[in-house]
Amino acid sequence: MAAPLLVEVEFRGSVELLFNSVEKNLLVWIKKNLLKEQSGQSCSSLQSGVLVLINDAYWELLNYQLQNQDSILFISMLHSG
Amino acid sequence: MPAPQCASCHTARAALRRPRSGQALCGACFCAAFEAEVLHTVLAGRLLPPGAVVAVGASGGKDSTVLAHVLRELAPRLGISLHLVAVDEGIGGYRDAALAAVRRQAARWDLPLTVVAYADLFGGWTMDAVARSTAGSGRSRACCTFCGVLRRRALEEGARLVGATHVVTGHNADDMAETVLMNFLRGDAGRLARGGGLGSPGEGGALPRCRPLQLASQKEVVLYAHFRRLDYFSEECVYAPEAFRGHARDLLKMLEAARPSAVLDLVHSAERLALAPAARPPPPGACSRCGALASRALCQACALLDGLNRGRPRLAIGKGRRGLDEEGPPREPQPSRPLTSEPVPDF
Repeated sequence: MAAPLLVEVEFRGSVELLFNSVEKNLLVWIKKNLLKEQSGQSCSSLQSGVLVLINDAYWELLNYQLQNQDSILFISMLHSG
Repeated sequence: MPAPQCASCHTARAALRRPRSGQALCGACFCAAFEAEVLHTVLAGRLLPPGAVVAVGASGGKDSTVLAHVLRELAPRLGISLHLVAVDEGIGGYRDAALAAVRRQAARWDLPLTVVAYADLFGGWTMDAVARSTAGSGRSRACCTFCGVLRRRALEEGARLVGATHVVTGHNADDMAETVLMNFLRGDAGRLARGGGLGSPGEGGALPRCRPLQLASQKEVVLYAHFRRLDYFSEECVYAPEAFRGHARDLLKMLEAARPSAVLDLVHSAERLALAPAARPPPPGACSRCGALASRALCQACALLDGLNRGRPRLAIGKGRRGLDEEGPPREPQPSRPLTSEPVPDF
């Protein structure tokens, strides 16, 4: 990562309980610094039950470099409704 | 982020690409498409005729929240009226918070709300009491087995209380696919054969029941709730980690990663199943205690409660259900216990 980015990160759906470590630097940082309960697993990708929206848009295949002022929203789907 | 224009309104930037069609839509057009599809499901299946009084099973969770919101939008077009029915299973630290969400929804949407409690309906047996009763056997508590049966019954009772003609629940395509897997894994041929189709006509005096979101993927339900900014309760039930459904869910997620259409394909496969003659169950009769549809002497709800009240909670669980078909001497109806936090006494 080059210059530091300012991004806003939001969690919804109790997703903060579900994080696994991931290869993207940002998410590893989040896990290390923001996660209250450490998950015992270490997988190489986000658990498939979590939706990631960037700037209020949902794209399944993310081929995108985070930019300054981006907002990231994680929504968990793993609870019954 | 460079995003294509919305393929529907051509005005706003697209906010997502729909998983199945690949169509890029903005939030508003996606929600409109979602609602149109639910409308089509209801109309094509003739699920909710004009004049229907519809009891909506409302848990406060994402699926029933989306269901209630969509049906409220469609109600004028369908000519139906809605009544929220919430079930209080008596799960401390969970259900109260979920019910608070339902109450907010009822107030915000100006919909009548009725809450029915296990404690009142089932002689004091809350889910917490069931969990205590089934604990310590060294095997799984099977709480969810009890809850599934009792909640269905409770919803039926609540629907009758409000004079409903139909019952709807928020099951989505992923839920249906999980159920198909579970029925296969348990060798439950009867349920497999009955599970297909969009709703039950309501045999044995039960109200007709359907699932308008049955063809909607869970992902799209969550996205709809997001783009409509719906307020719902998103925590997992305290007992959920014990549920067998978790295994089916994990398997389904793996299958979906390899073959994205697996979820809907499973649902459609079940719809097309026909049982071999030897596997067909005999036509069901009526429960000797409460008169509900039953394939044995007692319906599932009465059988489970019977086991609980006799201090043998696992009596009605599992394939054999030994000892159940013997009705035994007629029992006094269980007096309704006051709502306290004292444990139900061990027999």
